[in-house]
Amino acid sequence: MKPLANSSRKAIQAVLLATGILFAGIGVMRGEAGIILRKAVYICLECIGIG
Amino acid sequence: MDKAQKKRRAIQAGFAAITNSNVYGLVSGSIYRGKLKALCVPGLNCYSCPASVASCPMGALQAVLSNAGYYFSFYVYGYLIIAGMLFGRLVCGFLCPFGLLQELLHKAPARQKPKEAPKYMKFLRSIKYFVLAFAIILPIAIPNAAGGGQPWFCKLICPAGTLQAGIPLLILNSALRKAAGFLFSWKLAILAATLILSTATFRPFCKYACPLGAIYAMLNKVSLYSYSIDGSLCTNCMECSRICPMQANIRQNPNSAECIRCGACKDACKTKAISSGYRR
Repeated sequence: MKPLANSSRKAIQAVLLATGILFAGIGVMRGEAGIILRKAVYICLECIGIG
Repeated sequence: MDKAQKKRRAIQAGFAAITNSNVYGLVSGSIYRGKLKALCVPGLNCYSCPASVASCPMGALQAVLSNAGYYFSFYVYGYLIIAGMLFGRLVCGFLCPFGLLQELLHKAPARQKPKEAPKYMKFLRSIKYFVLAFAIILPIAIPNAAGGGQPWFCKLICPAGTLQAGIPLLILNSALRKAAGFLFSWKLAILAATLILSTATFRPFCKYACPLGAIYAMLNKVSLYSYSIDGSLCTNCMECSRICPMQANIRQNPNSAECIRCGACKDACKTKAISSGYRR
């Protein structure tokens, strides 16, 4: 596979990092961290093969 | 094992110990209920494990997608993009407890350990992308009566959940033991197959089936942490590709989607042509 040019690589890195940070911020504001917390503090029956 | 691999093994063990440090849970059969569980670890590490102090990104992703009205998890995708951009599959090589277990099992003596990539390897490796699609689509596509979904990957496939959470919780909790049925046997069979296969093949679950590995694989090519080969030092001996336990062609593509950044190629390179880091 052809390697990416350094400038393209840096641009993709910047866009993806910014997207990741933006997404994580939006997720926190939407209350997704709370959803995960509420799920993870109880035994997940599906995860252990019962539910 | 040389010094670099010993250091990697120490980091793997240390990180697994830190993220699974709720020793009280292992004694009592309960799980940690603190606020750290709102955060994800980078590797496959079940949040229902009695020792776990944070959440598994795949479990977290499915927890959000299983919620009625949530068709996209900004939080988990954002986290995975950040982790993937910072580390790529270095996460698999250094920060995944289930990967560490498979590596340790691979050290066990086996009659035959295949070294060359078989012809069907490309297809087998693509399975992890189908598993990822399965984990993302099914919680949304199959709603229950309340409009929510289920974590299908955790429920039907994840061997890490069976090992880290299912087995210890069933040992420590008689009510859960009584509730175990066909589904638990099915998951136990997947775990057993994975562990047995690990003795013959290096990290089979990571290579062929891990949806988290699939996400990091897609970001490996552009992650900030990368490998590079100095063409002026390389003698084209191909030892790097021969020694790679993931059967990645490092000479051709040092940032291959299959490379878990274990560093075996760097150690094997006699001219020290391979380097890694955040320099580029």
